[in-house]
Amino acid sequence: MITLKDLRATVETEEGKKEILKGINLQINAGEVHAIMGPNGSGKSTLASVLTGREGYEVTGGSVEFEGNDLLELEPEERAQHGIFLAFQYPVEIPGVSNTNFLKTAINEIRKSKGMEPMSSVEFLKMMKEKAKLVGLDPSMTSRYVNVGFSGGEKKRNEIFQLAMLNPKFSILDETDSGLDIDALKAVAEGVIKLKTNDNAFLVITHYQRLLNFIVPDFVHVMFDGRIVKSGGKELALHLEENGYDWITDMKETAEA
Amino acid sequence: MAKETDILESVTSSEYKYGFSTDLEMETAPKGLNEDIIKLISHKKGEPEFMLEWRLKAYKKWLDMTEPKWPNVTYPRIDFNDIIYYAAPKQKKKLGSLDELDPAIKNTYDRLGIPLEEQLILAGVAVDAVLDSVSVATTYKTKLAELGIIFCSMSEAVKDHTELVKKYLGSVVPQTDNFYAALNSAVFTDGSFVYIPKGVRCPMELSTYFRINAENTGQFERTLVIADEGSYVSYLEGCTAPMRDENQLHAAVVELIAMKDAEIKYSTVQNWYPGDHEGKGGIYNFVTKRGICSGDNSKISWTQVETGSSITWKYPSVILKGDYSVGEFYSVALTNNRQQADTGTKMIHLGKNTKSRIVSKGISAGKSNNSYRGLVQVNKRAENARNFSQCDSLLMGDKCGAHTFPYFEINNKSAHVEHEATTSKIGEDIMFYCNQRGISEEDAVALIVNGYAKEVLNQLPMEFAVEAQKLLAISLEGSVG
Repeated sequence: MITLKDLRATVETEEGKKEILKGINLQINAGEVHAIMGPNGSGKSTLASVLTGREGYEVTGGSVEFEGNDLLELEPEERAQHGIFLAFQYPVEIPGVSNTNFLKTAINEIRKSKGMEPMSSVEFLKMMKEKAKLVGLDPSMTSRYVNVGFSGGEKKRNEIFQLAMLNPKFSILDETDSGLDIDALKAVAEGVIKLKTNDNAFLVITHYQRLLNFIVPDFVHVMFDGRIVKSGGKELALHLEENGYDWITDMKETAEA
Repeated sequence: MAKETDILESVTSSEYKYGFSTDLEMETAPKGLNEDIIKLISHKKGEPEFMLEWRLKAYKKWLDMTEPKWPNVTYPRIDFNDIIYYAAPKQKKKLGSLDELDPAIKNTYDRLGIPLEEQLILAGVAVDAVLDSVSVATTYKTKLAELGIIFCSMSEAVKDHTELVKKYLGSVVPQTDNFYAALNSAVFTDGSFVYIPKGVRCPMELSTYFRINAENTGQFERTLVIADEGSYVSYLEGCTAPMRDENQLHAAVVELIAMKDAEIKYSTVQNWYPGDHEGKGGIYNFVTKRGICSGDNSKISWTQVETGSSITWKYPSVILKGDYSVGEFYSVALTNNRQQADTGTKMIHLGKNTKSRIVSKGISAGKSNNSYRGLVQVNKRAENARNFSQCDSLLMGDKCGAHTFPYFEINNKSAHVEHEATTSKIGEDIMFYCNQRGISEEDAVALIVNGYAKEVLNQLPMEFAVEAQKLLAISLEGSVG
């Protein structure tokens, strides 16, 4: 579905350009769940930003192929229209715009890009009701302004609700577990599990292993200093949980020495 | 990837759609202002003697007045002798019907999307079209006349409804009210006149379309709306102008009179040419609008969508004289590029149990400056006055300014006055969030701004609300990175 080859990117800082991604190689196929773990500052969130086309990052090398397209050539909204979704670590509040109106606009823009007619209101409302139930979102939230006055848990759940509504091919969950208590975490994870099919794929970015107890990954990659330094199965996450990230730092220093 | 600021600057290029000008054979007065020019205007219009005297009186007072300096706007000194005060398209004879209207003028209005005939019949809107200094066409006159409604140009009203004009002109906005009101009183050239008789509910929207076409010309229109006891009228004005490098002055006066149990709804969609990206050209929109709820249980509601003009200076106000009268002000003021707006309202509570409501939504983008200035005044004898004010500001980008200047003068302890204000910003993070959901920049701006302005847009007549929504989106195209 998506193939990253030697992806390199810099970010603009006050001291000039800083290289954050130093050659990422990754292949994710339909039906798979991949997890990226790593200490703070290893480049996990930057990877999410670069894949979705956020401003402020410059791709300096490598390539990303998504369903036969050169992803890096596309505008952020075109990437979304092609089926890339990011569940934000910090979802923004949009005053004056209801969740309903926001999602209706998004769905119809995506349909328009595919040459489809806008969705009828009846069909849309029916879908909203179904998906809200599926991810356990209080239906009254749909008429509220996007994320305005939502608690941390509600915001994250709203992200998963949007994911359910837009039905993307490839979803990136950026630290979706951060700031959530165990019940909220479980609720969010259950939503994701219900949405997983053989035709879509997920990339779960997390610092901790606990989310992966619920969303069990097929592959775990450890990221450190802008590179994937180790890949393995789900047992790798457990290893990290027990041993922390120090052994990677040590391993790296030994390698460099 | 482009930086936020680059995008901000590169895409703010949405063209002003109404910037064309029409070549018409014009009759114009020489530049400058003096008693002779005023006599010429009055003569050209065939006015009765009282009107000329009224004008000259205003002119003498104006000479001693000075321009207001308190608005939060800056502009170079205006040379009032470098303006043409009278410009009219030459018409060979008096029009018998719309078919006889100069095709070039008709074409102008067609291009503006203001068809003067058939579409309007479908839309059920009566239109008075003012081009430069004179009213060129009024539709639906006969049908309205059957109900006793007078809807005509101010020039006609001065001649045909002299007593009403004499009684009410200047009764709400006195000649010496302010510098620009005095100037307007001296040189006003046309405008619309509306009279709704007792107990009549005007069956259609009345609308005036103002267009400045000629160069170096000021537009000074005067509108007077009188709603007699128990009547109702909804009135809408729209305005555009060609793109020109020089600034043009628009100094209008609008007076509304709502008698006992009467209601006037006055809506404006102002889209004068705003000047270019560097602030060159554009209309100076210095306008005095005021209504009086003269009788008990009367109501005046102002709704304005202000997107044009390089400078706007405008405070549609209501004097709540009758007991239980209601004043409302709903405003969306949008500034982009180098535009400046200082706008708001005055609610003057005089009668008992009077109520006022102010909803102001400012939107600033580009390098513009947007100020809300409002006064709520409760006088000694105004028992149980109520006011609610909501003043919101929305900022796009980081080079614009939003300011709020609320004034309260409360002289009666029974008054209840509430004021709420919020400021929000559409930044790169919100834009990216929308983009990531498949929504393009333009659609995101339209979505956010229309959500933000909904409460005001809902006040507009349906077909104009849709237009206004589009206008807001177009005016802001590309203003957020």
